[in-house]
Amino acid sequence: MGLLRKIRATGRVAEPAPPRPEGGVLEKARELGGSAQVRCVDAGSCNGCEIEIAAAFNPLHDAERYGARIVASPRHADVALVTGPVTRNMAEPLRRTVAAMAEPRLVVAVGDCAIDCGEFAGGHGVEGAVADVVPVDLTVPGCPPEPEAIVAALRRVTGR
Amino acid sequence: MSAIPVALATATGLGGAGALAALVVPHRARVPLVGALTAGVGAAGAAVGVTALTGTHWSAEFPNVLPLGGTYLAVDALAGWFMTIAGAVVTAVAVYGVGYAAGRPARRPAPECRAPGPGVPGPGVRGLGSRGAQAVLPLFALSLLLVPVAASVSTFLALWEAMALGSLLLVLADHRERPAVRRAGVWYAVMTHLGLVLLLTGFALFAADAGGETFAALRAGAHTLSPGVRGLVFVLVALAFTSKAGAVPLHTWLPRAYPEAPDPVSALMSATMVNLGVYGLVRTGFDLLGGGTAWWWLGVLALGGLSAVYGVLQAAMASDLKRLVAYSSSENMGLVLIGVGASGLFAAHGDRPQAALALAAALLHVVNHSAFKALLFCAAGSVVRATGLRDLDRLGGLRARMPWTAGLFALGALGAVALPPGNGFVSEWLLLQSLIHGLRVPGVAVAVVLPLSVALVALSAGIAAAAFVKALGVGFFARPRDERAAAAREAPPLMLVGAGLLAVGVVALAVAPGLFADGLGRAVSAATGPTGGGAPRGGGELGVRLADVSARMSPLWVVAALTAATLLAAGLPRLLARRRRRRVHARLWDCGGGAPTPRMAYTATSFAEPLQRVFDDVLAPEQDVDITPVRESAYLVDRVRFQRSVPDRIEHRLYEPVLRGLDRAGRAARRLANGSVHLYLGYGFAGLVVLLLALTTGW
Amino acid sequence: MEAMSTSVPIGTALTAGTAGTAGTAGTAGTAGAVGYAAVAAQILVVVAGAPLLTGWMRQVRARLEGRAGAGVLQPWRDTRKLLRKESITPVGTGPAFRAAPALLVATTVVAAALVPLLSTDTPVSSHADLIVVVALIALGTFALALAGLDTGTAFGGMGASREMTIAALVEPTILLSVFALSIPAGTTNIPAIVSGAAHEPARLASPAGLLAAAALAVAVIAETGRIPVDNPSTHLELTMIHEAMTLEYAGPDLALVELGAQMRLTLLLGLLSSLFAPWAIATSGSWAALAIALVAFAAKVCVLAAVLAAAEVLWAKVRLFRVPELLAGSFLLALLAVAASYFLNGAGS
Repeated sequence: MGLLRKIRATGRVAEPAPPRPEGGVLEKARELGGSAQVRCVDAGSCNGCEIEIAAAFNPLHDAERYGARIVASPRHADVALVTGPVTRNMAEPLRRTVAAMAEPRLVVAVGDCAIDCGEFAGGHGVEGAVADVVPVDLTVPGCPPEPEAIVAALRRVTGR
Repeated sequence: MSAIPVALATATGLGGAGALAALVVPHRARVPLVGALTAGVGAAGAAVGVTALTGTHWSAEFPNVLPLGGTYLAVDALAGWFMTIAGAVVTAVAVYGVGYAAGRPARRPAPECRAPGPGVPGPGVRGLGSRGAQAVLPLFALSLLLVPVAASVSTFLALWEAMALGSLLLVLADHRERPAVRRAGVWYAVMTHLGLVLLLTGFALFAADAGGETFAALRAGAHTLSPGVRGLVFVLVALAFTSKAGAVPLHTWLPRAYPEAPDPVSALMSATMVNLGVYGLVRTGFDLLGGGTAWWWLGVLALGGLSAVYGVLQAAMASDLKRLVAYSSSENMGLVLIGVGASGLFAAHGDRPQAALALAAALLHVVNHSAFKALLFCAAGSVVRATGLRDLDRLGGLRARMPWTAGLFALGALGAVALPPGNGFVSEWLLLQSLIHGLRVPGVAVAVVLPLSVALVALSAGIAAAAFVKALGVGFFARPRDERAAAAREAPPLMLVGAGLLAVGVVALAVAPGLFADGLGRAVSAATGPTGGGAPRGGGELGVRLADVSARMSPLWVVAALTAATLLAAGLPRLLARRRRRRVHARLWDCGGGAPTPRMAYTATSFAEPLQRVFDDVLAPEQDVDITPVRESAYLVDRVRFQRSVPDRIEHRLYEPVLRGLDRAGRAARRLANGSVHLYLGYGFAGLVVLLLALTTGW
Repeated sequence: MEAMSTSVPIGTALTAGTAGTAGTAGTAGTAGAVGYAAVAAQILVVVAGAPLLTGWMRQVRARLEGRAGAGVLQPWRDTRKLLRKESITPVGTGPAFRAAPALLVATTVVAAALVPLLSTDTPVSSHADLIVVVALIALGTFALALAGLDTGTAFGGMGASREMTIAALVEPTILLSVFALSIPAGTTNIPAIVSGAAHEPARLASPAGLLAAAALAVAVIAETGRIPVDNPSTHLELTMIHEAMTLEYAGPDLALVELGAQMRLTLLLGLLSSLFAPWAIATSGSWAALAIALVAFAAKVCVLAAVLAAAEVLWAKVRLFRVPELLAGSFLLALLAVAASYFLNGAGS
């Protein structure tokens, strides 16, 4: 029963919801109507962005309260969260992942590397930025981006 | 003159004509002609059965036909029930068999045909299409129909043996092509004759004490037997009959003979011959011996429960399609035996209405099993014919290549898994009802046995679902795992028509089992006698008074509701969506890597692995890992060989020691016979002395 | 036992009940408009309430984990969105893959019409057999497992294999619980069991009732794929059971699959509450009773779901090959329930 006591003692840890992000909901995401299933694709990142994405879904930031949820299969997903510069070996898998998602689908490039290859630009195994491989609908700059920024991007998809 | 003797004579005449035609008609016309005549035998037999089920009795004696005892025939509703099933199945399978045996399969020779695994049958001029096999087929069909007609021990045993020999010859039809057939034939011959010896002993004992060998005399004399003799007779006869029904532990012939027999023969054996084991048990136990004591039926129940679970577990483990279907026969006969055993148990405790309900459930399951099992074997036969494969691990993707066959197999599988729109569900529901309500019958044995029976029935139904999901999902769905499966073509029309006839029966049984209720009631009362509890027999319906029982189920409504709900569920989302999007085709999700190959798909073996782990202690699989390291270092692996098999454990533990013992005894006995005439004379002298001593001491 | 003698010819036991076969108390179909309304309400409450119940469970979980949660309406938003998306037919799949989602929902709808969630006096109550309901739910599992195999992917087959293994082991527990419950009622007809228990609450507090409840609860958790048997929110394919079979579904098909799973959970929780807390279920054809039953049903199912959600926070998923041990335990409970029911009921007199 230690866990129960801990639950009672901890109470709510989620921070109060910040105001809605600027820019409003994306036009393409309007049809989703407040629900976005997310599939993460690590296209070659240093895992810094992954840690921040994980943080965005932790109890403190709780991205799930805005209607976003991480799913296992791209078939279930509406949003692909892509991190890192796209390496040569990940270019084709990334294309296939996005192709496997049902329309309407969005691609969110998370982190500087995903936007312009960042630190790894011109590297030996780097194919290019995410936008060079698949069409990108939204970007989240930062190296790595803060969880708040990722949550804000997801809120622009869910519109909540 | 009633219709029964006419139809019986027609059936016999057609059977004889069929055998004759097979011998004299040239090869080209042989198969269709014999098939038509066999179908006629089946139709005539079914006509006899249906007539008997409407309440007509018929009996006759021909004192001069068979030596010694003469021939006694009688048809009542119980016999009619089994004759109807056999007749219907024979007709459909005969049509199927014409398509099967005529011509050559649409299969191109594959280079790796010699690969290990189940062999390749060769229909056509050889095998089932051969002169000999075609001559035996109508006679075997006739014997299946006539066994229930026999009304004396000698007539019964003669027909029984004719049936056994006929099936044995047909099992061996492919023996030239595959050595495995011969091994299966030896097992089957030994087991079936072991059964005959048991039957002969049991009936001889019975007839000697009852003072006559006609069934009427046995019936009249059964009560004069001492309880010990009656028990012994029942044990002997029950062992023989349950062995014919494929029940554990005398089932070992079944998983060998069925896969190796030509497919129409497998269908006939599994859908009609095993039933006759049940018929014999019911006829002898209820009718001739007049019930008996509780322990008889507890034994039958135990055998049934054991067979049900063991059979279905082996079916779930099997990766050979026909072996899977064969073991499922063991399971279903186990369920029938549970019903028969429960019925006898209730009757022994004096609750006749309850006994009638349980027996009705058992008999209904007999017909349901016959329908879906014949259909399954026919569909499996079409697969084997089209691909030359029985190994589920190599099959797959047949749904696109053989859509009709896949649909027929799916229908049969739905019956076999005992889920609602299937026909097996109806009888399992009735069986469960009879078991659940059986607790009203007093007795601690009943209270202990019934919950366990319910659990065993449920467990077998659950595992059967897994087994048939495997057979259907791995064998027919997904993608082909072997190029022979990829090159499969749909079965010829006549085979589809034959299987389609069976499918009609399956659907009728699933949707409107009430149609069969009248006949079922008469068959049950023919076995158990007029049921007690003041059940009025009138208006062509058997009334059973069961206090506190009110369970009702309407398969037709369930089917209608399910269909309506499915259509609604499929249609509503489309109507609700404001903007309709087209359904698009996409490649399988491959985790971004290369396209998944059929090698990555789950096979039958991998599907069964979790169940096998769960039942590890029961199944005792044998596995062997052989790691060969490279020469330079023990840590670098060159080759890993992994081998696993799930043997029939009962065979392992029960038969092999007995066989080894017999072998050893034979070797030892050789020393007694060293060829010396003096020694043999000595044996004779010693034997004579012992005999005389025994006589003088008055033993 | 009630000294009630009814005549059930074998013929009518098989066909739809023909006139002249009386049922036991509570099964006679005298229902008029209210009865039809009750059936419609049961179906509607399961279809419309299932996503809400899932949302409620997620909300309870979220609060216990210190999160804010997406609100109880979120599963409905998900469903709405999935219905708007395009359907995908993966190349190489066949009719089984296409038909399974609708069949899954259909089996649950039919079962929802039969189970007396709101009223024991409906036009279908005489056919509401517990074994049929159990078999209908199993049929949904069967269809989805075939669909999983139909894709021909490794994960689909894996999910089907695991799901069928667990389903095979759950079956004996469920049917033995059914057996235990049917002993005092003398029938497997659910409305009769429920109305019998409502009139005689001592049955529920008996050892047999409690044991059967515990056994059935474990079976329900296993059937619906909740922790500790399966984790419905897992992202790791290798630990999946139910989810692995549905990895290829998208759009409206996925909406049906998810709705079907949610409906099964609602239905089975409703069945548990009907069997073991049969209070306030309408036993007569009055509109007021139906309205009360609706409110009571929502309350009972929400409480049960909250307990389940809280338990999911406290428990961890067990290893796949430890699940049989759990199910064997629940089987033992069910067997004890039958024994207790039999011997405490005066040895079948």
